[in-house]
Amino acid sequence: MEFFKIRRVIPFMRHALLFNVISLLTFLAAVFFLAHKGLNYSIEFTGGTQIEVGYRQAADVDKVRRSLDNAGYKAEVQTFGTSREVLIRLHLEKNQSSGDLSQKVISVLKADDPSAELRRVEFVGPQVGRELAEYGALALLVTAVGIVLYLWVRFEWRFGLAAIIANLHDVVIILGCFAFFQWEFSLPVLAAVLAVLGYSVNESVVVFDRVRENFRKMRKASTPEVIDSAITGVISRTIITHLCTQMMVTTMLIFGGPALHYFALALTIGICFGIYSSVLVASPLVMWLGASREQFIVPTKKKGKLGDENEGAVV
Amino acid sequence: MNRYPAWAYALIAAAIAIAFLYTVPNFFGEAPAVQVSSAKSTVKVDSALMTKVEATLQKASLPYTGALLDANSVRVRFADIDTQLKARDTIDRALNTDAANADFSVALNLLSASPRWLTAINALPMYLGLDLRGGVHFLLQVDLQAALTKRAENLAAEVRGLLREKTIRHGGVAREGQVLRIRFREAETRDKAQAAIAGSITDLALAQRDDGQDLLLVATLKPDVLKRIQETALTQNIGTLHKRVNELGVAEPVIQQQGENRIVVQLPGVQDTARAKDILGRTATLEVRLVDEEAMRSGSTLNVDVFPERKRDGTVTMVPTRKQVIVTGDQFIGAASTFDQDQRPAVSVDLDQTGGRNMRVASRENIKHLMAIILFEKGKGEAISVATIQGEFGSRFQITGAFNTAETNNLALLIRAGALAAPMEIIEERTVGPSLGKDNIEKGFNATRWGFIAIVVFMTIYYAFFGGISSLALGVNLLFLIAILSLIQATLTLPGIAAIALTLGMAIDANVLINERIREELRGGATPQAAIAAGYERAWATIFDSNVTTLIVGVSLLMVPGAVRGFAVVHCLGILTSMFSAVIVSRALINLSYGYRRKVAALSIGNTAWK
Repeated sequence: MEFFKIRRVIPFMRHALLFNVISLLTFLAAVFFLAHKGLNYSIEFTGGTQIEVGYRQAADVDKVRRSLDNAGYKAEVQTFGTSREVLIRLHLEKNQSSGDLSQKVISVLKADDPSAELRRVEFVGPQVGRELAEYGALALLVTAVGIVLYLWVRFEWRFGLAAIIANLHDVVIILGCFAFFQWEFSLPVLAAVLAVLGYSVNESVVVFDRVRENFRKMRKASTPEVIDSAITGVISRTIITHLCTQMMVTTMLIFGGPALHYFALALTIGICFGIYSSVLVASPLVMWLGASREQFIVPTKKKGKLGDENEGAVV
Repeated sequence: MNRYPAWAYALIAAAIAIAFLYTVPNFFGEAPAVQVSSAKSTVKVDSALMTKVEATLQKASLPYTGALLDANSVRVRFADIDTQLKARDTIDRALNTDAANADFSVALNLLSASPRWLTAINALPMYLGLDLRGGVHFLLQVDLQAALTKRAENLAAEVRGLLREKTIRHGGVAREGQVLRIRFREAETRDKAQAAIAGSITDLALAQRDDGQDLLLVATLKPDVLKRIQETALTQNIGTLHKRVNELGVAEPVIQQQGENRIVVQLPGVQDTARAKDILGRTATLEVRLVDEEAMRSGSTLNVDVFPERKRDGTVTMVPTRKQVIVTGDQFIGAASTFDQDQRPAVSVDLDQTGGRNMRVASRENIKHLMAIILFEKGKGEAISVATIQGEFGSRFQITGAFNTAETNNLALLIRAGALAAPMEIIEERTVGPSLGKDNIEKGFNATRWGFIAIVVFMTIYYAFFGGISSLALGVNLLFLIAILSLIQATLTLPGIAAIALTLGMAIDANVLINERIREELRGGATPQAAIAAGYERAWATIFDSNVTTLIVGVSLLMVPGAVRGFAVVHCLGILTSMFSAVIVSRALINLSYGYRRKVAALSIGNTAWK
């Protein structure tokens, strides 16, 4: 079986500007939503209490909300996964210990419907949430710096820079989607976002590897030609790989239940944008940053030249 | 050219066999078990206990499938839950004659049902996190500043006492936070005071400072003392928590230090958080009282409290004490095993200022009388030390007797266990019901299973035989990953299961790269054998680079605590195992299939002929 029978090199770089303009527009939209709406952080980041309650029959969310209101709790109530499960979020309040809170809430709900069963309680104090946000930002920073350094060493600084710009913009776009739809941004989502960053960089690396190889092989070709042939050479593997990964992520979306829902969703967005940006955004960036054949030719010849110059200086 | 030496195949086969061995326990599931552990610091778990438990079960003719003794507990495995429940009650009744004052905690637990020889080589099932098996997780923050302030307060009192004793005139000792300021009129007295303090109170660092017309001596806690106080405070709190958790009868509690000043408490299987929290948060349970010797002689129980004392020979005597409490647990700062001036083992005890003052008065008035230290557990008191007061003493004193070092160690531990060194607060709590845990496991594994099957089907259709080999390699990857997770007993959480799925989805990339490269070589006119060799060789550089970048992400994710770390551990391990399985294992399989044929006309890697 074969999906791609590509006989000619596809001139991707002819449309380089278009790809980047599309990218820039999406990026700006994402930044706008992030600034305008902000992320809907889970209580892991904000601190607070989250209580999951299971019922025998479909739960009456309005009634639950009313009962809690009457009992004096300002709570967000929503169904979670199935209609028989309810998720209650309470923000941090002073002089309220978490243990009492969950016990009191469940007793209020049990009074309405004795089948109410406490399935999960999560309480996060304010200091923990703040720390997590800091650690998350730090992990992102370490990842970005680590990837740039590695690609610098293995390829050239232009490649490192291009890969990280292209792929960080993916991260921003995922976050933008989460801001736009006000999906909950939790710790697993953070893990997914960073995992996608690694995955997309991975993608760029595969293209760059081929670019380097073709620079050495195609001695007469111009830089855009080399990049075009590299992308054409790997495009079928790119699509097959993403297809496989997406199959796994799709089964997570279908079977993983509510706990993995947003994790899988973040991965889906990341994988789709990852193909685009790591191939069609990173490569033009490398081109514009001025990557050329000389950077990959074994430096023994250069050395000779350098020696000559030094001798000249003496004379 | 496509042949590995024989030892390479043997090595790969051995690795797979070992991985299989360590994966197997996950399929046996778990059997119901009863776990007996000590509920009191005075009661030890040893082989005698195991014999007793086994004898009890035999007498009640309850069949069990295995008994196990480890450092802290005796565990007995049963064939079914019915026997398990009966056995729990039987053992509980046999060991704890006084139900209100139990010596042992007898808890229901689950033990791996794999054969004994597997357990013997440390092949255990994966360790499931609380989100998968249900239970309670607390993160407690210890207020170390409070411990330091308490210590500083105590030292201030010592300084005052010392200056009084040496008749050095000063203008007051004031404590601001953890800093002591002592005022003087003349520089000469200040020098004298500094020499005196430095000579006898070694915990303080002293500095002279001038403040207007007053001369100041500023005393701060030395950095190493600071560190020591914090460390003891933390270990002491952990010890106390251990004792309290024992009361809950939890089978496998986890109580660990996290970071500088935090303690994680995980109680698998506990549902009643309110009670758990109540017990964990209980305040000090130690008291010092005077023994009522009158009542001791007459045997009267009028106006006295009577506590049992466990003597060294195992006998129990009753100690009547006065109702008045001299010192309570929160006034204890520390207790350590030491030696007295005659080199006999002793326990040195530190009290805070108030405790010291009370003790000074009580000891002055009751020389040659008996004093008892009483430890309360589950609301029941037990005299852990009854000693004669030899002279007046204050905040620091020694308990001596005909002790050996093991006994002084134990007594010091008991005293420390009764007191929380520093206040704690719960800053994170997670409770997961057992049904939700089961749900999570099921959902996680379903997602992985169907994703895996989808990839296998696709790869086999798309790359034919090579796709089949890639799928096999992916299966081996999963095998390695589960074997390593089981072997290192890393905690598997729901994000961890997600990481297994995602890592498998990403790991197939290496094989796609290889297969595509082989196709390309074939298209370029290479012979089948040359195409295999070139395909693997050329793809390797790319696979390596891309895995390193993924690993950079994985490692930086390890920094984020909580759910993310559970994800990152599995992710990192999965990347490492995938490099081995996708490149080396799949190559070995391809070599075995093609490398030894005299003539290979074509490779079964899907249609490549498109001209």
